[in-house]
Amino acid sequence: MSDKIYRVNMSNLSFKIEDVPQDWMGLGGRGLTSTIVAAEVDPECHPLGPNNKMVFAPGLLSGTSAANSGRNSLGAKSPLTGGIKESNVGGTIAGVMAKLGVKALIIEGMPEDDSTFYHIHVTKEHIEIERVPELVGKDNYFVLDSMLEKYDKKVAVMSIGRPGEMKMLISNISVKDPKGKLRSHGRGGLGAVMGSKKIKCITVDAEKFNEASASIVDMEKFKAASKVFTKALKDNPISGEGLPAFGTNVLVNIINEAGGLPTRNFRSGYSDNAENICGETMAENIKARGGSTTHGCHAGCVIQCSQTYNDKEGKYLTSGFEYEMIWAFGANLGIRDLDQIAKIDALMDDLGLDAIETGVTLGLAVDAGLIEFGDGDRAYEILKYEVSKGTHLGRIIGSGAGNLGKLYGLVRVPVVKNQSIPAYEPRAIKGQGVTYVTTPMGADHTAGYAVATNILNSGGHVDPLKKEGQVELARNLQIASAAVDSTGMCIFVAFPALDEPACLPALIDMINARFGTTLSIDDVMNLGKTILKTEHEFNLNAGLTKHDDRIPEFMKYEALPPHNVTWDFTNEEIDAFWDF
Amino acid sequence: MAELMEITVKLFAQYREGRFKSQQRQYPKGSTAQHILEDVGIDKEKLPVGVLMVNGRHVEEDFVLEDGQIFTIFPKVGGG
Ligand code: SF4
Repeated sequence: MSDKIYRVNMSNLSFKIEDVPQDWMGLGGRGLTSTIVAAEVDPECHPLGPNNKMVFAPGLLSGTSAANSGRNSLGAKSPLTGGIKESNVGGTIAGVMAKLGVKALIIEGMPEDDSTFYHIHVTKEHIEIERVPELVGKDNYFVLDSMLEKYDKKVAVMSIGRPGEMKMLISNISVKDPKGKLRSHGRGGLGAVMGSKKIKCITVDAEKFNEASASIVDMEKFKAASKVFTKALKDNPISGEGLPAFGTNVLVNIINEAGGLPTRNFRSGYSDNAENICGETMAENIKARGGSTTHGCHAGCVIQCSQTYNDKEGKYLTSGFEYEMIWAFGANLGIRDLDQIAKIDALMDDLGLDAIETGVTLGLAVDAGLIEFGDGDRAYEILKYEVSKGTHLGRIIGSGAGNLGKLYGLVRVPVVKNQSIPAYEPRAIKGQGVTYVTTPMGADHTAGYAVATNILNSGGHVDPLKKEGQVELARNLQIASAAVDSTGMCIFVAFPALDEPACLPALIDMINARFGTTLSIDDVMNLGKTILKTEHEFNLNAGLTKHDDRIPEFMKYEALPPHNVTWDFTNEEIDAFWDF
Repeated sequence: MAELMEITVKLFAQYREGRFKSQQRQYPKGSTAQHILEDVGIDKEKLPVGVLMVNGRHVEEDFVLEDGQIFTIFPKVGGG
């Protein structure tokens, strides 16, 4: 069976199934989405106009039995940053697409008649495009439930809520996980791109097609490598123990103690609220109330950093309750009650809102006088009754931190390329700051997770408060991440990959066994370099320059407590990032 | 008898189990990080030490503490 490119044209509601061009054969995930966006999307196009495209691609190992290989990439031009975007998600979509032999799903054009929304249903060599007026104005769980009622339970579902319909820049695309809960193609306002194409939901059905998994050239070799890889993941203390026990939220305390937890709209690196919201407290609550600390966002995850979180009565509140969300609403917006943050998390899943962009925007809204620090009730109300309905206030919050800052004349606006800075202070975790300013994605922590080496002592240690070695660290990590994002692997395989020598070779052996190739580590790293350069060039052609690779100016003159550090890189030091 | 100093010791993640979250403790002047790890009963064989910090700065096990400092002890943790 050979994989195909599935292409939908929303301008005339038609589809085509195409052979994969030779140049795209060895690519998957981010490598493929960025290559296709660079090849087919005019960098100068309006991201919400007819010439932007959405490209969905499972990773190279998605659909196989390889552990943690179920991540899907989505590429497009971002309406938030104005540059290229790759957004990575778990859930069931990558595995289902790969099993069906969908190398990439490309959606282009936009309907002339924009009076309704459409549902795209992908099956073997066929795509249906149907009007769904009954789903317009509904949110994600309603859409998900109607799709599960209509099809086999194993169908993969992606959808947008009302904010996506209204093309808000804080909107995500939601993706069904194995338990029927939601994960997100987050960041960059990609929900707005789907809304602009008038697509309410996409379903992919591999059930009636009896290929058990994606094809593999050398099964014996694959199985052997897969065993070594899984063992490396399980033996590593972070992926094997820490993440399953406490989830990603274990980071609250360590980032806080290091003075790098952005607090009260980036005024301090230390929050006195940490103990209320940290991973240890969360795990205690889960233990006391029932619920589960371990949950995989896709089948085949052996790390299981996700969880289900109940309220005091033991009733389900939310799942996939992550560090970034808890930081944004707990430390940055100052909400002291973890249950209230969980309630907001569940609402945001339903509406399809980006946790980081929304949380940072609300933190900034305090400076604009729209809400007070710690007012969780008001935060909930704003999302539930203003953002969801697109009132004027809802639209202002829905346009993201950069735009809200402009509207209210604010200076302390924590964005890079108009995208909100995540949960690690760039002044106090400088390697991470270098990733924020240089990655083509806009401020993004997953693009090159220097926190690992600056704070967590994974892959050695580089002093977080000093400039020395940070540009090189961020460069190496970004190259490796671009490669890993192409395999379909969850980014947390980075921890064993940084510290267990057998991990990375086993990963490459699995790719070689699947495709019958002979890639070396160098080949894979070169792929990472090519991806970064392709993305960078797209951005330059879109009008972004090196002057956009900059930290917000206030971070250069406001010293951040408790270490009283500023951002002290010269422009030349930052620009040298691209010398490779 | 050696002079004593006050150290705030903070424990995180699995290290809290059966121990404490944060305590003021007294140690002889000149005590190292290693000394406190032993005193608190951290078994590195069972769960390797990930990060040690004094007043929010990373240190090694041979670091000599001073009166009034905050000493934080983390096992290997990660996330993103
Ligand atoms: S480790 Fe977490 S993010 Fe990664 S695949 Fe598993 S549940 Fe998803």
